[in-house]
Amino acid sequence: MTSRRQFLALACGALAAGEAAAQLDPNIQALRAAALESAIRKVTGGKPVREGKVKLELPPLVDNGNTVPLSVSVASPMTSADHVKAIHVLTEKNPQPYVVSAYLGPRAGRASIATRARIADSGRVIAIAQLSDGSFWSATVSVVVTLSACLEEGLI
Amino acid sequence: MARVVVNAPKSAKRGEVIEIKTLAGHAMETGFRRTQTGELIARDIITGLVCTYNGVEVFRAELHPAMAANPLVVFSTLATESGTLEFKWTGDNGYAATQSASITVV
Repeated sequence: MTSRRQFLALACGALAAGEAAAQLDPNIQALRAAALESAIRKVTGGKPVREGKVKLELPPLVDNGNTVPLSVSVASPMTSADHVKAIHVLTEKNPQPYVVSAYLGPRAGRASIATRARIADSGRVIAIAQLSDGSFWSATVSVVVTLSACLEEGLI
Repeated sequence: MARVVVNAPKSAKRGEVIEIKTLAGHAMETGFRRTQTGELIARDIITGLVCTYNGVEVFRAELHPAMAANPLVVFSTLATESGTLEFKWTGDNGYAATQSASITVV
């Protein structure tokens, strides 16, 4: 049985959380974009990223953002002279842009990984591959998410 | 205790690329969710996975809160010699799990 006092405490808590979220709203797009930019810079060390070589596969329409299957493969011979060193997956609309960073080497045999991610809102998903010659290649996919991951009270 | 599953072929030809699937049972609490009273639930995730093949590291992954619960990681490696594949997961709050799979290379 919930007493009046308990109910009021709960209601005030929920209201406060709601207000905190509302206060973040005006700049949230810019903040997310900046976070993604800085994450890309951190991954690449400021080097230019070119489109191509990387294939990022995930469903264009996501019913449930809590488990989104995705796979990344990179066109590379995977020899000790020419191989993929790392694959990074980033998202645009999550509270943090990072999803997964995988570090491979010539012993991987094939530059491909698969995993399942959480995606909070419709937006871009980016896969960046670092090659052994120091170049960076990327692929971008835009997804539509109908059920957002884990943020029942709206985006934080 | 931590439940982890690894799926790797038992035998392979030398030089063949084998696919390895790993799954760890974990809620992967993001640290962005709130309780009914508005308090943040602390982050509790698996942060890393390392795969070694006869003691040599062949694959490493850093996981973040944006990984789905029960993180699945699929990758591949070259079958070079018979031996064991060791998998090690590490995470928040001292989470650690290990699993191994043996492989025969012909």
